[in-house]
Amino acid sequence: MFPTARRVLGSAAGPLLGRGASALGRCRRRRLLSTLAILEQRDGQLNLASLSAFTAAKKLGGTVHGFVAGSKVSAAAEQAAKVDGVEQIIAVENEAYEKGLPENYAPLLVENIKKGNYTHVISGHTAFGKNVLPRVAALLDSQQISDITSIHDEKTFVRPIYAGNAIATVESSDPVRIITIRGTAFAPATPESGSAAVVRGVDPKPESMTEWVSEDLAKSDRPDLATASKVVAGGRGLKSKEDFDRVMLPLADALGAAVGASRAAVDSGYADNSLQVGQTGKVVAPQLYMAVGISGAIQHLAGMKDSKVIAAINKDADAPIFQVADVGLVGDLFEKVPELTEKIKSS
Amino acid sequence: MSALRILVPVKRVIDYAVKPRVNRAQTAVETAGVKHSMNPFDELSVEESVRIREKKLAPGGVEDICAISAGPPKAQDILRTAMAMGADRAIHVEMKEGEELEPLTVAKLLKKAAEQQKSNLVILGKQSIDDDSAQTGQMLAGLLGWPQATQASKVEFGEGDSVTVTREVDGGVETVRAKLPLVVTTDLRLNEPRFATLPNIMKAKKKKLDKMTLQDFGLDNEKRLKVLKVTEPAARQGGGKVEDVDGLVGKLKELGAL
Repeated sequence: MFPTARRVLGSAAGPLLGRGASALGRCRRRRLLSTLAILEQRDGQLNLASLSAFTAAKKLGGTVHGFVAGSKVSAAAEQAAKVDGVEQIIAVENEAYEKGLPENYAPLLVENIKKGNYTHVISGHTAFGKNVLPRVAALLDSQQISDITSIHDEKTFVRPIYAGNAIATVESSDPVRIITIRGTAFAPATPESGSAAVVRGVDPKPESMTEWVSEDLAKSDRPDLATASKVVAGGRGLKSKEDFDRVMLPLADALGAAVGASRAAVDSGYADNSLQVGQTGKVVAPQLYMAVGISGAIQHLAGMKDSKVIAAINKDADAPIFQVADVGLVGDLFEKVPELTEKIKSS
Repeated sequence: MSALRILVPVKRVIDYAVKPRVNRAQTAVETAGVKHSMNPFDELSVEESVRIREKKLAPGGVEDICAISAGPPKAQDILRTAMAMGADRAIHVEMKEGEELEPLTVAKLLKKAAEQQKSNLVILGKQSIDDDSAQTGQMLAGLLGWPQATQASKVEFGEGDSVTVTREVDGGVETVRAKLPLVVTTDLRLNEPRFATLPNIMKAKKKKLDKMTLQDFGLDNEKRLKVLKVTEPAARQGGGKVEDVDGLVGKLKELGAL
């Protein structure tokens, strides 16, 4: 603890003494910038994608702390502590927080935010972040800023609205700014040679009013959709679940890609709900996004149009997807995709 | 089990099929003369409420379904739609054309409304498709001190006020159980909303629609976020088409994607 405290003191005191009375006055009016990055974990394993919160926190400047809670969090905390530029990891070990139930996780965060006197709190705009952070914001009487893609300064943020069809720049006047970030806009920080202190957080032990019953997660050896560098996505054109699996999965395997789907494909039962890409599903921005049998409705484009390279295979030459695709192939996907799969395999 | 008194907040938004255009002054998205309708996720909330009654899914029955919306005079159109779908009555919190509320203010408004209406279940959409914040339901639950079940794809009622909700989460689904009173937000997979039929639209005109103002709830439209500007996203240029699979592979290699 002490080295960290000295470091905080040192970095704060330096400029104050140097610049004299006016700087001192300014700093008294305004708290020093300090950010709490919320890290996700599961069964003691740190969700590495949640380290994006550190990247955003570092962009803000000021001190950066991390927060992790669950039944066994020491390994996850140690791993996060290796991220350079992070001062402290606050860990709360209690089975009650393992599933991230908002009814007790939100008061837990509120207590730790108050104790640390943070000016900013950042979490990913993930299922967890979306569930918990607004509850935290309400308890702190702060208007959350959701799904930001860029940080101008400590109070000015950029976020997409209308399914990404407009980009809003907003300025927050709240003393504590609760923020969720779009993961694809902030690359996860990598644990390297950092040596943040791991400290025990406050545990108010609030009761959860909900009980976690069960979960059913799609198991797959393929890369995770949200963070994959390549994504192949299928749409209504695949016709059935059997065809979806027969055509799309070998292509995904040949490319080492994650599998995504349009809403039409998900609604028709061709693919699992969790694979939906779009405004209401996942937002992805891989190096390569290959859209197969997807027309390109605005809700779908909302989830993938920041991909580096977009390829499309569709039999309708007028499909809107071709307006955003870097390379398009007009043709029957049942012929073209297997041919493509073979050519990728043999190259 | 307690009889359900369901509050269903609905929002009037630009129709989901319309491509939004940023106005010339870059202050907002152009809304004048653009088709509006009920936020799609809110249609799911209304549908779910009505189904709970029709299919007698809750052991205690449904005593009341009240739709509520804060918005300009035209927000009444979507409250009428909610009533045509089966809501019993509606509350319109009147606002000026072009005036918007932030999610935190909406949550504060809904908290008071839920208390006044003695609601024990609030079903909201998981996000509005204009602002895409995905906050209001969670904020409301926090302010009320109620449990929350967000992104629900299935809601089941059990004995003793217990409600079991399947939630869409990253990677699959999760099931949680809580007791009433409860806040639920809807995911796309929850149900398929019905169309309001003409006879029901006619009947809805006779249903009760109370008009209130923010001041009636002891609130004013305090803004914590100032919109500095709204711009068009960077346009993406289609790169043209190739003749065959070889062309596709070649182009992808050229672009460094393979």
